[in-house]
Amino acid sequence: MLQIENLKVEIEGKEILKGISLNVKKGEIHAIMGPNGSGKSTLAAVLAGKEFGEITNGKITYMGKDLMDMEPEDRSKEGIFLGFQYPIEIPGVSMVNFMRTALNEHRKYRGEEAMSSSDFLKLMREKKELVKIESGLTSRSVNEGFSGGEKKRNEIFQMAMLEPRLAILDETDSGLDIDALRIVANGVNQLKTAENSTIVITHYQRLLDYIVPDFVHVLYDGKIVKSGDKSLALELEDKGYDWIKKDVESVSYE
Amino acid sequence: MSKREETIQHFSGLFKENSSRIEKGSSGLINSFRKEAMDQFRELGIPDRKNEAYKYINLDPWFNTKYKSYFVPEEADFMAASDFRCEVVELESYNKILLNGFSPKDNGTIEGLPEGIWVGSLAEASERFPDIVEKHYARYARNGKDGLIPLNTALASDGMFVHVKKGVSLSKPIQVINLVHSDTDMFVQHRNLIVVEDNAELPMIVCDHALSPQKFLTNAVTEIYVGENARLDMLRVQNEHNNAAKLTHTFIHQERNSNAVSNNITLHGGMVRNSTYHRLNGEGAECNAYGLYLADRWQHVDNFVSIDHAYPNCLSNQLFKGVLDDYATGAFNGRILVNEGAQKTLAYQKNNNILLTDDARMDTKPQLEIYADDVKCSHGATVGQLDEEAMFYLKSRGINKTEARLMLMFGFAHEVIANIKTEALRQRIDELVLQRLRGELSRCANCSLDCDK
Repeated sequence: MLQIENLKVEIEGKEILKGISLNVKKGEIHAIMGPNGSGKSTLAAVLAGKEFGEITNGKITYMGKDLMDMEPEDRSKEGIFLGFQYPIEIPGVSMVNFMRTALNEHRKYRGEEAMSSSDFLKLMREKKELVKIESGLTSRSVNEGFSGGEKKRNEIFQMAMLEPRLAILDETDSGLDIDALRIVANGVNQLKTAENSTIVITHYQRLLDYIVPDFVHVLYDGKIVKSGDKSLALELEDKGYDWIKKDVESVSYE
Repeated sequence: MSKREETIQHFSGLFKENSSRIEKGSSGLINSFRKEAMDQFRELGIPDRKNEAYKYINLDPWFNTKYKSYFVPEEADFMAASDFRCEVVELESYNKILLNGFSPKDNGTIEGLPEGIWVGSLAEASERFPDIVEKHYARYARNGKDGLIPLNTALASDGMFVHVKKGVSLSKPIQVINLVHSDTDMFVQHRNLIVVEDNAELPMIVCDHALSPQKFLTNAVTEIYVGENARLDMLRVQNEHNNAAKLTHTFIHQERNSNAVSNNITLHGGMVRNSTYHRLNGEGAECNAYGLYLADRWQHVDNFVSIDHAYPNCLSNQLFKGVLDDYATGAFNGRILVNEGAQKTLAYQKNNNILLTDDARMDTKPQLEIYADDVKCSHGATVGQLDEEAMFYLKSRGINKTEARLMLMFGFAHEVIANIKTEALRQRIDELVLQRLRGELSRCANCSLDCDK
């Protein structure tokens, strides 16, 4: 589904991603872990099409297409979803209007008719249930005045509405207490099918108790320095990132 | 002779030549102010950029034009005008038309209007209710530096008069549909007087429209008295065309514990200047002055606000927002005057602007004059672009750039619209603003104008 080959990204002259390769197949869950500043969020944003920095090398192929040629909105309509680490507040734009516009853009792209108001509201109700969002929240402006937990749940709610092929969840667990974490993870798991894939970006292993990855990659200093199965996450939890850092640094000394 | 003197001479001459005609249609009371006002105008002239309050606006192109008609009632065709339906009208309201500044003389009636309210011609009212008019006329419209106000006092013949008796309140708003319509270029001046007595309540909407593509210049003065514990909610929707200029001066005089809202929504107009004055003339008075302006092409929208805190324990709040596209320019000048002794004053001001192009320009200037020591005042102004982070957020959900921009502009504007209390009206204004932002001129449905002129 997604192939990243030797991706290098510079921001303001500083190389942030230093040659990343990753292959995500249909139905897989990949976890990307790493300490702060290792380039995790940059990778997520680049995949979603945010214009910042410069891609100096590499190639990203998604569903057989060159992703770099696509606008963010087209990536979304092709099934890529980014769950933001810091969801944006948009005063004056109602959640209902926002979601209806987004959903209908997706439908139009697939050659389907716009959804009727009653069908749309029914769908909203259904999906809200999934992440236990209070009904009041969707009548408000996008993320405005939402608590940290509500914002994260709102991301998963949007994901549920848009049913992406590839979801990239950037630190969806940060700032969540354990109950909220369970709700969010449960929502993600319910949306999982054999047809779609997920990239979970996280700092802590905690989330991976609930969303069980097929692969775990450790990103450090702009490179994937270690890949393994879910046991790698547990090992990291046990030994901490210093273990990886030492490992990497000792390699570079040799 | 300088341009300035030429203009003064021009109006001076018009006044002399036509004074008998002007006075004929007016009451002795209103006529008694004319001469002195004309003298004052001769001293002040038309405000230019040297006048601090008019620093960012150029009135010359509008005043250097020779208009075919000035202040002349002629035969206003109210029948034709009454066919006009303002788009805002779908909501329930009591309608009254003002055509080229003149109101039909119909004894202030509107079908179904409750007892205790009179809405109609000022000229007529000044004959019928000389006591009320005398008590309030030319009492509040005072600004010793602005020649446009005495010009209006000297020349205006008619306008809207609204009187709400003590304790009377209205459930539906009064809507004044303010039309200009002419076969020739026209200078319109009218004078409105609104009296809301103690404990009364008046919701009001004024819609400004131009019905023909001619060049119009309107210079309108409105005086509003809001008595003790009385409430005024005044919404103005301006929707004219690029060839129309509108200068409004609204003086709201508020007594103890009164509450007044002024909201100016400028959707379209070649040049618009709204001066809004709230004088808080008794303890516990509160006012909200709102404004929203959307301008593109070469349009200019200028808002001048003056809040005069004359007594202690009053609250004022200003919120003005604008979106400027193409080569449009705008200005905001918000003055807060806290007089000595006006302790415990709360005064807030906010002006936020979005410039969509590099050529659009906005000048914003707070002006705080505080002579009391126990007050809370704040002011803030921003001029910026659409939020890139928010753009990306919307796009990342599949919303295309055009639509995302529109949503953000609308969201930005909505903060002002959200203050409209009547839901039906709020929704209607939302729609008009959205249409305007989409680039469709949100003119009224019955209007067959080619507004691109």
